[in-house]
Amino acid sequence: MDKTIRFKLNGQPKSLPLDRKRMLLWVLRTDFGLTGTKYGCGEGFCGACTVLVNNEAVRSCQLPVEDVDGKEILTIEGLAKNGKLHPLQEAFVKYDALQCGFCTPGMILNAYSLLVKIPNPTQKDIVEALDDNLCRCGAHTRIIQAIQTAAKGMKGGSQR
Amino acid sequence: MKKDDYLDLDFYDIGPSIPLNRREFLKLIGGGIVVLFSVGDSLFLEAQRRPGQQLPDDFNAFLRIGEDGRVSCFTGKIEMGQGVVTSLAMMLADELGVSLDSVDMVMGDTDLCPWDMGTWGSMTTRFFGPPLRAAAAEARAVLIELAAEHLQTPPSQLRVEGGVVFHESQRQKKVTYAQLAKGKKMVRRLKKEKVLEKPSEFTIVGTPVSRRDSMKKVTGKAKFAGDLREPGMLYARILRPPAHGAKLVSVDTSAAQKVKGTQVIKEDGLIAVLHEDPELAEEAIKQVKVKWEKPEAKVDENSIFDHLLKVAPKGEVVSQGGDLARGEEVSKVVVEKTYLDGYVAHATIETHTALAKIEGDKATIWASTQNPFGVKEEVTSALGFPAENVRVLTPFVGGGFGGKASNRQTVEAAKLSKLSGRPVQVAWTRAEEFFYDTFRPAAVVKIKAGINGQGRLTLWDYGVYFAGERGSQHFFDIPHHRTMSFGAGWRGTPGSHPFGTGAWRAPANNTNTFARESHIDILASEAGMDPLEFRLMNLKDKKMIRVLETAAKKFGWTAAKAPSGRGYGIASGIDAGTYVAHMAEVNVDKKTGKLEVKRVVCAQDMGLSVNPAGAKIQMEGCITMGLGYALTEDIHFKGGEIFDLNFDTYEIPKFSLIPRIETILIEDRDVAPQGGGEPAIICMGGVIANAIFDAIGARVLQLPMTPERILQAVS
Repeated sequence: MDKTIRFKLNGQPKSLPLDRKRMLLWVLRTDFGLTGTKYGCGEGFCGACTVLVNNEAVRSCQLPVEDVDGKEILTIEGLAKNGKLHPLQEAFVKYDALQCGFCTPGMILNAYSLLVKIPNPTQKDIVEALDDNLCRCGAHTRIIQAIQTAAKGMKGGSQR
Repeated sequence: MKKDDYLDLDFYDIGPSIPLNRREFLKLIGGGIVVLFSVGDSLFLEAQRRPGQQLPDDFNAFLRIGEDGRVSCFTGKIEMGQGVVTSLAMMLADELGVSLDSVDMVMGDTDLCPWDMGTWGSMTTRFFGPPLRAAAAEARAVLIELAAEHLQTPPSQLRVEGGVVFHESQRQKKVTYAQLAKGKKMVRRLKKEKVLEKPSEFTIVGTPVSRRDSMKKVTGKAKFAGDLREPGMLYARILRPPAHGAKLVSVDTSAAQKVKGTQVIKEDGLIAVLHEDPELAEEAIKQVKVKWEKPEAKVDENSIFDHLLKVAPKGEVVSQGGDLARGEEVSKVVVEKTYLDGYVAHATIETHTALAKIEGDKATIWASTQNPFGVKEEVTSALGFPAENVRVLTPFVGGGFGGKASNRQTVEAAKLSKLSGRPVQVAWTRAEEFFYDTFRPAAVVKIKAGINGQGRLTLWDYGVYFAGERGSQHFFDIPHHRTMSFGAGWRGTPGSHPFGTGAWRAPANNTNTFARESHIDILASEAGMDPLEFRLMNLKDKKMIRVLETAAKKFGWTAAKAPSGRGYGIASGIDAGTYVAHMAEVNVDKKTGKLEVKRVVCAQDMGLSVNPAGAKIQMEGCITMGLGYALTEDIHFKGGEIFDLNFDTYEIPKFSLIPRIETILIEDRDVAPQGGGEPAIICMGGVIANAIFDAIGARVLQLPMTPERILQAVS
């Protein structure tokens, strides 16, 4: 399967020659050095590898990279613009919504995807959307607070 | 150090230390003003010292006021989410009179930092805090002396603020720490701890401060061990047995060799493939044809408890008083129960990871570890290199909870790097993480206890098997009592556990508190009393009474005999010097056994809380993590074969499980800081078990309290 795929990565056009099936997670972490996207379980159970493909949260450890041909990928490194944090990132800092920080990128990107769909989510919406993103340190309550605060700050606008 | 103090810490496996080469070390420190000091846990080490073992008798931490005025603290402790990178910096800044922003923490680098035993046991703040503050006070005294000379002013008239020394009545007469440190190379050794300032004079300590590492963590910039790259680095995948104790019969790596770019390593039972691409390394390991011989499985998750009782060694008395036979005579009601607790995993989201780079006879290891100096020892002995040639660095650690005190992956990376001549990263898969995790040991607690006609505790005969002593001592006022521990320590005795076990957040105390608090509740019910009133009547410990009353007030507890149908539970305990009391409200579906935890309140007395914001985060984390071992987490196995190898069958707490959590810190600013990373987890089994009983009158005696076990208890 020799072919070249093209996609946008954090706003930049990229091309990638492909000679075999590869998962997006490892392409991001090795070819592009974007190590903010984490390996947690390798089978889509934990959500540490969550990235956005066309604004939709996906598990990059389960996504063949050829599926992103022609699409836009956003990783945690691309969320802050010109040194200014996204409201979700600001809220995670403000509410101390993290401890070890390993699940944090996946949590933030899944929350981003949620806010695209539901700009003013209820607590129940957030719990449902993030239920399969695992955090072992127990920052859950603060993550919910942070997402609700960010949603208010964004005044219903999913994009900055 | 008193026996009780170190028993409370319960750490039995400290390796032999590598003595410091002081002169070499001081060369590295550089210019500025340096104060060397010893962290108090060296006393603990001394108490635990094995015969013939050499311990560092010199400093094991230091701080430096650099020539640029920046303050750095060098320590072998590490940051794994627990927040010490913030709380230690706060203590230092306060004592030295500088802003928090001007403090850098240099942690877990074995070349830059002096020897340290490791980060666990909720010890960092307790044992690091006092000498750190004393060292900062010493540095401040040196700086004031220098300033006095510089400003031609007696020291008594000088004040410090934000790293500037000034005359108390003429503020323009001033000099900065940077100016004072410029061109100096002064090294002081802190002789003994000085009398410190009163906590009421602190400006930073005791006020809530946000984490200092969060900016890096929300932007993806925080580097964990697996995020580091070295030129020419290879990713390793290692051949693993299907069960602990399995023997290799035959192996054929020829097909793996055919995956282009693969390097196969076979050496002393270490069989691995290395590749520049992690997915191709995975592909290659799958091509290895291998035959294993599994040993006969003797135990599983059901038979393990009988097995443990059978192989238990002679018990040791932890504490005793009065006369048990007399206690039984004066008891009106005697209740005897056995409590069971299964194996649980640490399940950090970051798996064990290490990057090793060997150049000649020099090794550099970047590791996700709780004890970088332990890694240094293990790697030094595995490679046969001189100790001074092995450097271990600790980037951010993605959770530890005791699991990353075990460092197998670092030795694997080091050996593979040496054999391949390339830098090698070993990042365990989730399955490897479960397989090689040092689980919290399965354990049994047997209690026989009695009350008299007035509801006073008269007898307490307690035996814990294989959990460990921590938290086993009761704190009630009981005239006739004995606490025994069989097979103390978490690693078990030979033949006890079919796989590795080890320290797990608040080791032993979760099991002990579950058993004690369940049994106390049973006795309260037998006495026909409200469980809070029963506890208060049988307590003399004022601190314990205070945490219970504080939790009750916040919770809105009203007296009722259980089962009241309300689903209210209560439990309390002591861990790492800190007192905690929990109350919970649950809903139980009697038909399905399904449980909903609606609310958990926790009151905590940890003495002076250095960073109340950080302490509350730790309490919330403890309560959340504790719900896992209380309700869902249980390792299924047969002999050395582990069946739970990912998060599909091993369920850790998710958002939908989390109740409303309320935490209260009891102000106790004149008592030295106690542990904060573990205490609030210890009551979670007991508080939920008691709430279930209050809801439906069913007593669950085994953790985790799954719907099946709740249904069993109903019938």
